[in-house]
Amino acid sequence: MSDWPILSILIWLPCLGAILVLLAGNARPRVARWLTLALTVVTFALSLVMLSEYHAGPGGFQLQELHRWIPGINSSYHLGVDGIAVALIVLTTFTSILVIGGAWQVIKDKVHQYMAAMLVLEGLLIGVFCVMDALLFYLFFEAILIPMFFLIGIWGGPRRVYATLKFFIYTFFGSIFFLIGLLYLYHRAGTFDLQALWALPLTMKEQSWLFFSFLIAFAIKTPMVPVHTWLPDAHVEAPTGGSVILAAIMLKVGTYGFIRFSLPIVPDASESFAWLVIVLSLIAIIYIGYVALVQPDMKKLVAYSSVAHMGFVTLGLFIVYMLARQQHDVQTAALGVQGAVVQMISHGFVSGALFTCIGVMYDRLHTREIAAYGGLAKVMPWFAAFWVLFAMANCGLPFTSGFVGEFMVILSSFTANPWIALFAAYSLIIGAGYTLWLIKRIVWGTAPSKEAAAMPEINTREGLVLGAFAVAVLAMGVYPWPLMHLMDSSVAQLVTHLMASKV
Amino acid sequence: MISQNLLIVLAAAPLVGALIAGLGRKQVGRAGAAAIAILSVAISFALSCVVFWQLVWGGAPVFNHDVYTWLEVGKLSIGIGFLVDRLTALMLVTVTFVSLMVHVYTIGYMRDDPGFQRFFAYIALFTFSMLMLVLANNFLQLFIGWELVGLVSYLLIGFWFERPSASFAALKAFIVNRVGDFGFILGIAAVLYAFHTLDYSAVFAQAPDLAGRTIEIVGGHPWSLATLICLLLFVGACGKSAQVPLHVWLPDSMEGPTPISALIHAATMVTAGIFMVARMSPLYEMSTTALSVVLIVGATTAFFMGLIGIVQNDIKRVIAYSTLSQLGYMVVALGVSAYAAGIFHLMTHAFFKALLFLGAGSVIVAMHHEQDMRYMGGLRKRMPITWITMWIGSLALVATPGFSGFYSKDQIIEAVGESQIFGATYAYWCVLLGVFVTALYSFRLLYMTFHGKERFKVEHGHDDHAHHQPGVLAHAPRESPWVITVPLVLLAIPSVIIGWFTIEPLLYGGWFGESIKVLPGHDVLAKMAEEFHGPAAMFLHSFTSAPFWIAVAGFAVATWVYLFNPGLADRAARTFLPVFKMLTRKYWVDEVYYNLFARGGVKLGRAFWKGGDAGLIDGAMVNGSASLVERSSRVLRRLQTGFLYHYAFVMIVGLILLLGGLWYWGLR
Repeated sequence: MSDWPILSILIWLPCLGAILVLLAGNARPRVARWLTLALTVVTFALSLVMLSEYHAGPGGFQLQELHRWIPGINSSYHLGVDGIAVALIVLTTFTSILVIGGAWQVIKDKVHQYMAAMLVLEGLLIGVFCVMDALLFYLFFEAILIPMFFLIGIWGGPRRVYATLKFFIYTFFGSIFFLIGLLYLYHRAGTFDLQALWALPLTMKEQSWLFFSFLIAFAIKTPMVPVHTWLPDAHVEAPTGGSVILAAIMLKVGTYGFIRFSLPIVPDASESFAWLVIVLSLIAIIYIGYVALVQPDMKKLVAYSSVAHMGFVTLGLFIVYMLARQQHDVQTAALGVQGAVVQMISHGFVSGALFTCIGVMYDRLHTREIAAYGGLAKVMPWFAAFWVLFAMANCGLPFTSGFVGEFMVILSSFTANPWIALFAAYSLIIGAGYTLWLIKRIVWGTAPSKEAAAMPEINTREGLVLGAFAVAVLAMGVYPWPLMHLMDSSVAQLVTHLMASKV
Repeated sequence: MISQNLLIVLAAAPLVGALIAGLGRKQVGRAGAAAIAILSVAISFALSCVVFWQLVWGGAPVFNHDVYTWLEVGKLSIGIGFLVDRLTALMLVTVTFVSLMVHVYTIGYMRDDPGFQRFFAYIALFTFSMLMLVLANNFLQLFIGWELVGLVSYLLIGFWFERPSASFAALKAFIVNRVGDFGFILGIAAVLYAFHTLDYSAVFAQAPDLAGRTIEIVGGHPWSLATLICLLLFVGACGKSAQVPLHVWLPDSMEGPTPISALIHAATMVTAGIFMVARMSPLYEMSTTALSVVLIVGATTAFFMGLIGIVQNDIKRVIAYSTLSQLGYMVVALGVSAYAAGIFHLMTHAFFKALLFLGAGSVIVAMHHEQDMRYMGGLRKRMPITWITMWIGSLALVATPGFSGFYSKDQIIEAVGESQIFGATYAYWCVLLGVFVTALYSFRLLYMTFHGKERFKVEHGHDDHAHHQPGVLAHAPRESPWVITVPLVLLAIPSVIIGWFTIEPLLYGGWFGESIKVLPGHDVLAKMAEEFHGPAAMFLHSFTSAPFWIAVAGFAVATWVYLFNPGLADRAARTFLPVFKMLTRKYWVDEVYYNLFARGGVKLGRAFWKGGDAGLIDGAMVNGSASLVERSSRVLRRLQTGFLYHYAFVMIVGLILLLGGLWYWGLR
């Protein structure tokens, strides 16, 4: 199968499949559901084919496809993946299946449109992770907003209009700066090809301007403090599936942008402004941890915890300069970057699972108030077991995926500067605080109402979805080596690239 | 040669047992779950004995191999593997033996509990986690086991999850342990920074290079790297082994079922900190500052926590404070570089403290889950086996000459006396006075529980569950079934004899070999070896030593007050009310922590949320800019009046300005 354009198929199969699903119409929700499930399963299978075709040893960009697209401005349809992209794509295709499974009976209104939006979203997200052309990246990066806009706006909660507007304008605002930055780069390089932009020499002044144009866009998407406030609102109003995709994959687009644009294109500016990102990351870990602690709404709590966990990703990425350039410790620098990417993948599983759990509860009692629940361990013992597992993963317990990335980032940040590690490690305490206090209130104790005491145990479908998340969380925690091996060469190449100054 | 497969089976058997017992709820049933869990731990115990035998008498070399690679970045590679030397082997046998006893005991203790199967799944999982910790050959795996035992401890303290106090205690235990782990993970990070590896053997081999290495934490003030590493790691030990100031979780952990108090919160998990420091002896030897801190913390815990034990009325809480105090003794031993003595006391303590807890559990079962000693008394005739074994455990605890606790504790006290490092004098007084305190609370417990008059009433037909009235029982207390008494007897045997047989090889025979490293200048045990002439001589000599007479004094006071003059204690409490209050309120540490960290944290969170997120960012910046746009467009809208003459006027003015400008600048 090596001569197949596998990446194109991965992008366009769900997108075109969405049309088929739409054709099924509103009257045949069963057809829409099964067709969508089949498409996501096939996409997942194909992503595994891609995984097997990718050779981790040499690294670099593989499975490349290059076609003329807009020759006038030297922008081409250029696809390719390295280890980091492969991991994120598999995360996307895997999570998509579970999102469809999770929404199976829950979405009752306009099922075909919901499913189609999900498929388009999946295709676009895969696209973001495998394009090698800056303009095309921007296109996908922006296009993601459209299906998400509909998902929240149509199937969302009561304040969905405020949330969608806030979400859309917030992220769109950032993208404008990104676009200006890209146009400037084109002006200097005469091409949108990413690899050409990586090699482009830029003065410190140019780099600084570009750095901030990228930072605004990606910081909003990630999201970083202080531009994170769209996320809790968007999550609260989004339907469960939307929340899962949003937390598990869409947030990674922001940090992926850092990996593909900020770090390699403007390395010198990134180095001199790394302190800013590091400080913001640490604020995210501690300040947001405290904010999460007092949320009365489960979804907001998990949303804030997402912001805190993404702080580890940006931290791991931006300590690389202190380590690689100032201390010449390439080894530890790579540890930090890998930790960041591992944390991206892990957060996908853990936050996806947590939002799915909240969805399961919301389907039964139609509230997200923590105070409305209690005694799940007695009412729904299997479900409670899943909750405890995912909560432990959320507070970074070893042998769950949540531990791996945080451990790597804390370890490497100590070498960069012990104070950074000190603040980052505070997450061990505050993360356990907000997560386990939530568990204390909803899983332990007794049910506060008759309705809460009569919630039915999870059914087979819910069990399968949560079980799949659990397997992923545990497998990655017990044996993370395959993931690290997949990315090792790519991360090493990235770090090597960052060592060289562009000025 | 120790085979790797054997070790894998040894470690994994309890995990498999836990999974089957926990997940196969209907398939295996209650009896099946118990049988599988017990079998799996029995396998571990048997294999531990095999390993011990191979290592000690079979001439097998130290085993140190990775089973699989866990993390790999560039050249850095960290695996999951096993290091089996004599230190490990001793821990393996101790842990699996106590665990097996507790498993058997659980059948009786938890017989009527609806969570019977869940309980077996948890304790088997605990055994697995503890084995992972003990078997680790690198810091990563140590941390994994370290946190996993914390998880199981959390689950078991909150086992009766419908009780608010239980789930609160569980949360508290986890968070306080996490404070320790916060330091611990930073310590591991510092190890990686210093050595570029996390492998024990590689780190220990390079440990001497730490001498003179510094790190700048606060600008311009270089700190000794060895001290920093050791202190950070010790923060972790303080959390897990419940040393001041992170001791607050252990007394509350008594909310868990009693078998757990015996296994996790007395015999094994809480000793992980001791084991860790002993394992890290090559690092600790590089920093006398760190050793002094260890010594002072341990001594403080040993004495001041023991004092609280005197005023407790809950039988389990007395033993809990006793555990804190005894852990303090072990830490003191570490602080004076008598690591072997610390491990020795760890082992003897594991037996007699597990015995005491299980005995207390036997009493609690007989008393229909009444734990307040004020409603007990005179139980010796009703439950003779429990009574005798509890006496044996207590005699071992107070270091009665000949009993196992005597050999281990006496050597610690003597080692502190020999030590010259900073804080040794303070520590010596603490451990010496601690002997009096230990005797006082131990005999108080025995007298209040088993002797004197019966302070409970038996009312037949009184329904246990209808409403609980203190001191009123539905049935007369009677001796527990054999699944409870047999473990008591089996634990009583080593509590008496193990010290006699093991002191010479463990402390003076160089038994631990390479696994514990002591610098010649610190080696107090080597000095003591000159005066050691075997266990029998030590036994005879003890009757002229200070600790013995101090213990006798404690015994005398306890007998006088609690056996012959009941009521005297209350009068004394009233006379010394401030002191009494300070002890019953546990030095107000809980209140301070709760208000400062728990309530303070929530207040801080609210302030951040309302002030920062909702106020500043969303209020001022996000929605503020939205409303700014709205307001300014409202102003701008006024320009669009719709009157033609307004537009014409503006056009004319504009034209004049434009032409005027052109003329002005154009001419220049």
